[in-house]
Amino acid sequence: MGLIDKHALIEKNATLLLVGSLLVVTVGGIVEIAPLFYLDNTIEKVEGMRPYSPLELAGRNIYVREGCYLCHSQMIRPFRDEVERYGHYSLAAESMYDHPFQWGSKRTGPDLARVGDRYSNSWHVQHLTDPRSVVPESIMPRYAFLKDKPIEVKDFSTHLVANRRVGVPYTDDMIKHADADLMAQADPNADTSGLESRYPKAKVGDFDGNPQQVTEMDALVAYLQMLGTLVDFKNYDEAVGYR
Amino acid sequence: MDYNLMREFADSCGLLGMVLFFAGCVAFALRPGGHSQAHEAAHIPFKDD
Amino acid sequence: MKFGTEIVLLSLFAFGALVAAGFGVDEPFRQHMWVLFFAVAGFNAMLMRNTDFKPAVPIDPAAYMDGPIRYGAIATVFWGVVGMLVGVVIALQLAFPHLNIEPWFNFGRLRPLHTSGVIFAFGGNALLCTSMYVVQRTSRARLFGSNLAWFVFWGYQLFIVMAATGYLLGITEGREYAEPEWYLDLWLTVVWVAYLILFLGTILKRKEPHIYVANWFYLSFIVTIAMLHVVNNLSTPVSFLGSKSYSAFSGVQDALTQWWYGHNAVGFFLTAGFLGMMYYFVPKQANRPVYSYRLSIIHFWALIFLYIWAGPHHLHYTALPDWAQTLGMVFSIMLWMPSWGGMINGLMTLSGAWDKLRTDPIIRMMVAAVAFYGMSTFEGPIMSIKTVNSLSHYTDWTIGHVHSGALGWVGMISFGAIYYMVPKLWNRERLYSLRLVAWHFWLATLGIVVYAAVMWVSGIMQGLMWREYDEQGFLVYSFAETVAAIHPYYVMRAAGGAMYLAGMLIMAWNITMTIRGYRREEDPMPGSIAALQPARSGARKWA
Repeated sequence: MGLIDKHALIEKNATLLLVGSLLVVTVGGIVEIAPLFYLDNTIEKVEGMRPYSPLELAGRNIYVREGCYLCHSQMIRPFRDEVERYGHYSLAAESMYDHPFQWGSKRTGPDLARVGDRYSNSWHVQHLTDPRSVVPESIMPRYAFLKDKPIEVKDFSTHLVANRRVGVPYTDDMIKHADADLMAQADPNADTSGLESRYPKAKVGDFDGNPQQVTEMDALVAYLQMLGTLVDFKNYDEAVGYR
Repeated sequence: MDYNLMREFADSCGLLGMVLFFAGCVAFALRPGGHSQAHEAAHIPFKDD
Repeated sequence: MKFGTEIVLLSLFAFGALVAAGFGVDEPFRQHMWVLFFAVAGFNAMLMRNTDFKPAVPIDPAAYMDGPIRYGAIATVFWGVVGMLVGVVIALQLAFPHLNIEPWFNFGRLRPLHTSGVIFAFGGNALLCTSMYVVQRTSRARLFGSNLAWFVFWGYQLFIVMAATGYLLGITEGREYAEPEWYLDLWLTVVWVAYLILFLGTILKRKEPHIYVANWFYLSFIVTIAMLHVVNNLSTPVSFLGSKSYSAFSGVQDALTQWWYGHNAVGFFLTAGFLGMMYYFVPKQANRPVYSYRLSIIHFWALIFLYIWAGPHHLHYTALPDWAQTLGMVFSIMLWMPSWGGMINGLMTLSGAWDKLRTDPIIRMMVAAVAFYGMSTFEGPIMSIKTVNSLSHYTDWTIGHVHSGALGWVGMISFGAIYYMVPKLWNRERLYSLRLVAWHFWLATLGIVVYAAVMWVSGIMQGLMWREYDEQGFLVYSFAETVAAIHPYYVMRAAGGAMYLAGMLIMAWNITMTIRGYRREEDPMPGSIAALQPARSGARKWA
């Protein structure tokens, strides 16, 4: 009898009940989550991943703020139809600098993991301003106000510093130039050589059709245009990457 | 430690452990002698209002 | 002086909010701090109007503390109406996109308002007030800590108001069901620890040797939510005077942490907590003990052990390693066992008294809740099977599944508990109207059935359309065509939701009239006059 009678102890002792149930619920989390942090091959080795440029990061923050993830996934599953519709299936490496991840859980709208370079800047601006003018069936809300809202640039470097604290490899150089890089990326007349060496493949130029000021529309379109464009799949070995 | 090991553990020993745990739960609850105690506990809500 | 310390502390708090509103580094934060200032200052003004300098009335330490529970019952009904109303609004936005009003009332900002409104405001208040009710009556002890329960109640309301206004201002962490930003997360942690102390303290001073099983479920809900909340919201703020923070984890680790949280918010907030409700209120309303107390013990341990593993089924076929997905699937399927054990236990409590289903609309509501619990915990494991999930994931099927659980189980068991508690809390002989409860029951049930059925069709249809190929091997439908195809279902879904909301409004009316002391002149429910709730013997524990 011995052991099973001990349960009466738990039933009558609140602290034991508390500790017991806490232990039980901790086990699952530790066994599942902890290995992801130290298993080498959780994240594939790929070429091309880099931290977001300041303008892209600002755009990503707008993406998060407006709750885009509630209707758009950023996670292409390895099925024939998804790969044909959206492109190569998503790799863990492609979201390694995403704090937070934006994989999403519902496709009220299409997946956006590789929307970069698929449409022109002006298409995006038109679509965000009035979605039904370019896609009549669309049920997306309008985001015209982004065009009129200048981006808050003051001390944007603090965002890079915060990201570095959680492990994104922003260099001192990137942090020093953050505010200037943010403006330069959306300015068609700026010298962007420094920006492009710090953030290879960054798209530069005026995104929202209004070169006078850098707006939230510039930032969001810059972010959308880089989604899924970084990893070089020519050099990606699928068998090695399988987990 | 490599993930294949984890995976193997999950669908062998891990699974077995879970089943044993569940069986233990059932065995405990249905042990002889537990009945009167359970009967008493089940009537707690009616003692006071 | 009554409320003296509270008024001083709140004044300091309000002043702090004002300073933060002045020095905040980003605009949403400054706006949010203005909201905080007005909320705290307004509450403080209310306290000041109610203060007096008479000596404090001595409190009977044997009497139950029901004040916060009465407020909690009202808050449950109020937030229920708000949360479900927002739900109907966003359902209509999906059917008629012109209803989006940018920027504050776009779908992306309203959707967290709906989910948090119904889960944390409606469901959370229901859990708060029923747990305080149950723990006192099954421990035969007054709530621990003199005003701790009031702090928990008002602190939680402040969290709700701040979270809700934050969403509209665009302040969000972008993690589903954990959207509030870092400063609200910290505040909720404080409130939650106070809640744990309140609950545990009450159990520790109990006069009943055994801890009743409902309290096990409540306790595991409180402590597990504390753990999940803290780990999932680990983040680093950009500035201590700013609204933005960046999650401590990234990509795949962040995804698993989030869904470990997200699934267990379902498992421990929406299941374990409400099972605590079931194990007290179903026996009370049926006036017979739980079918098998021993089964409830098995139910408890099996449920909390299995649930915590099931999170990865939200990430099937993603970049999450395969072993984690498999683990999530296996445990999700095993979860079917304890879930149905619990359902059988709840249903069989009525064995020998099934006639009550016909005569007592409150017990009917509770039984329907348990039945919906059984249905959605059967559907859940099926959807966690990878092949099924490959079709259901990303579609409305998931939405339908969640709502059959949320509207059917969580909603109905809470309604039942509130209908049971309110006449007792306000010392009324019975509810204002039992017939209105019957109306509520049928509107809610029909609403759920419409909602779930429509979402099944819409979800499965869209999933199949996405993967349909023609004989030349081309995809048949563009994405936009699949959106157009589900439009009629979105209209019907909004209608189902509106029915459920209509039931909720009837409940709000019924509860309001009961509290105000009215009794509707009506024929008794068909079948039995004895169905009327018996009068309480007296108000001896009414404090």
